[in-house]
Amino acid sequence: MKALLNWLDERTGCKKLVHEALYENIPGGARWRYVWGSTLTFALFIQFVTGMVLWMAYAPSAQTAWESVYYIQHEMWGGWFLRGLHHYTAQAMTVLLVLHLMQVVIDGAYKAPREVNFWFGVGLLFLVLGLSLTGYLLPWDQKGFWATNVATSIAAITPVAGPAVQKLIVGGSDYGHHTLTRFFALHAGVLPACVIALLAGHIYLFRRHGITAKQPRRKADAAFWPDQVLMDAVACLAVLATILLLVIRNRGAELGAPADPSEQYSAARPEWYFLFLFQFLKYFPRGTEVLGAIVIPGLLTALIIAMPFIGRWKLGHRFNLGLLFSMVAGAGLLTYIAVVEDSKKPEYLESVKAAHWEAERVKVLAKSPSGIPAMGAASLLRADPMTRGPKLFAKHCASCHRHGGGDGMGNPVADPVTAADLKGFASREWIAGMLDPARIASPHYFGGTKFKEGKMVRFVNRDVAKYDDENKEKLKKVVLALSAEAALPAQRTADQQDAVAISEGKKLISSDEMRCTECHAFGKADEDATAPDLTGYGSRQWLIDFISDPAHSKFYGSRNDRMPSYGRDKVIEPQAVELLADWLREDYYLPPAAR
Amino acid sequence: MDPMTKVPAPARRNFLKEALAGVLGFVITVIPGLAGLAVFLDPLKRQGNAGGRLVRVASLGAIPADGTPAKFAVVAEKIDAWNKFSEIPIGAVYLRRAGAGKIVALNVICPHAGCFVTLQKSGKDFLCPCHDSKFDLDGAITSPGSPSPRGLDTMEVEVRQDEVWVRFQSFQRGKKDKVPS
Repeated sequence: MKALLNWLDERTGCKKLVHEALYENIPGGARWRYVWGSTLTFALFIQFVTGMVLWMAYAPSAQTAWESVYYIQHEMWGGWFLRGLHHYTAQAMTVLLVLHLMQVVIDGAYKAPREVNFWFGVGLLFLVLGLSLTGYLLPWDQKGFWATNVATSIAAITPVAGPAVQKLIVGGSDYGHHTLTRFFALHAGVLPACVIALLAGHIYLFRRHGITAKQPRRKADAAFWPDQVLMDAVACLAVLATILLLVIRNRGAELGAPADPSEQYSAARPEWYFLFLFQFLKYFPRGTEVLGAIVIPGLLTALIIAMPFIGRWKLGHRFNLGLLFSMVAGAGLLTYIAVVEDSKKPEYLESVKAAHWEAERVKVLAKSPSGIPAMGAASLLRADPMTRGPKLFAKHCASCHRHGGGDGMGNPVADPVTAADLKGFASREWIAGMLDPARIASPHYFGGTKFKEGKMVRFVNRDVAKYDDENKEKLKKVVLALSAEAALPAQRTADQQDAVAISEGKKLISSDEMRCTECHAFGKADEDATAPDLTGYGSRQWLIDFISDPAHSKFYGSRNDRMPSYGRDKVIEPQAVELLADWLREDYYLPPAAR
Repeated sequence: MDPMTKVPAPARRNFLKEALAGVLGFVITVIPGLAGLAVFLDPLKRQGNAGGRLVRVASLGAIPADGTPAKFAVVAEKIDAWNKFSEIPIGAVYLRRAGAGKIVALNVICPHAGCFVTLQKSGKDFLCPCHDSKFDLDGAITSPGSPSPRGLDTMEVEVRQDEVWVRFQSFQRGKKDKVPS
């Protein structure tokens, strides 16, 4: 072993190198305040290791970025842990950078002859922020997509070169494949290369000038090894423990729903350490944003860069200290205000809740047997009745109808109820309620419509109300049979079990005795029918046809109340009508456990 | 004191501190390393298509009546990491009529190093363009200098009415025996 080391040393001089690395002199001995630089180097090491492996599984394009991150997060061995480590270490680096900067300024380590090294450090700070900004977009989820959109739009307001700069960053005028390939090249190639170059210079100059010893020196000079190394290692362990705690508590980093330029995302916020800039911008009225986004941050950066010169003046060091503390405090205050303001906005909170729901839903769809198509995961949500149905209902239906008392999205509606509540439409429970004298004229069914005093309500209130026990049994069979016409997925088993009662019920609907076919058609065409066709009542096709044109002779004909002919008049696209029908019929994918 | 001056290692070494620093240094580097290693090794858990799967490849009428092989793409469902494709090319086969109702299917991949073998213009044998191996129409090696360890891989064929179905499968290259890959 020793011979091998000697052999290697003769050819490389490695012993001297290790000796230099370990026996660097620390005037006044090891101290805890010197650990920050080492923790940052350690954090960077984590980012390189985790980043390289993430790189092996990541595919930067608009149809594969989210999908590959989903795969890392939910399918690969320990993928969630790896991604979580990368995500929270990035956040830890920002905190550590601020601490390191503060320690350097407080100890006056920026002063001559260490000016250049200070600038290297400031350069590294901005490179790391650049890495955060570019990394935020890469998962291509709604959050990263919309937040980065804001950031690149801000770049566009830079005087003169702004629009060109934006195009160069975005890789064109719209977000797409080249936005991702460029961001990824910056994130995994250009910026890390610059970090390595600056860090090499930073460490070289640090070794050249030595540590800026805190006065007075408490102890005798000592070597870097082992005391300072131990302190550094303990500090790194504390940093790692904090990161691990966050990773495990939050089950890794969040992955929102895939980016969709047509879906609003009111919860778009930058990563928390950029929130202060986001909040700061709010104070600049239209036309002056350039002050808040470019000029003032630029001036403050210039002041930081000028610190070594300012520090030469008599009160310069105090000025620098004051400047740095007010900047950190100001950023802290702005962050606090941003968080408090958001927590008081109902729209923001609703949007965050909806975003979480969609993130969970797309995961379920991606795991479903049909999997993720080549079009990407965003198409899964676009074609999902459970996702789109409530939105379509809230937009087109909820001004008259209700769904479980709300607008379909679970929010209350201010308008008066003027049409039926469609939650559970065509189910046994729903039809039984409509044939119940106590409920038919309530707002839940016809109460809000012009049919409140119509033939159906009259029939239920006069005839059904007087039913004896035998007729009540028959009515139950009618309910079963009519509901079976819908072939609702949720009632599949029940419909199979009650096959006998259902076939008897069908005969009853057709019979004169129950009086249904006096107005309704059932099982066959009936030109004299004056009420909606009961053949296939509530089935997918029936509902699609109904939403498309309730004024069709098959349904209400000229007696139609106020419902628009959404399909006939091309108010709602055919595909959206189908989504609406499927959602009302609760016909959408649910994982086996939820069925 | 000149900061560049190196202090010598203290005469009395503090082994406890040195050991602790070493152990902690090891722990903090190994944790992110292991996290990366797990994800790096993930491909090992993915299963190939050991039993092969029956794929409709062509209609019987598309295979030349004179016994010349014809090449067909094998299009089937495929799960590629996160994507699920219902119909995508997964390989190709040569199909040939070998007497009464019998169809022979050969994988186009050379068992030596995985090149795509081509049917010679004569229609009498196959040539691997990479190392000049020649195979006859049944897939047996005919060139003496061929580096291929075995002939072209045959696959199970089923004729259902007028449709030719092949149990499509890939085998490990460079081995004497057909081992599913």
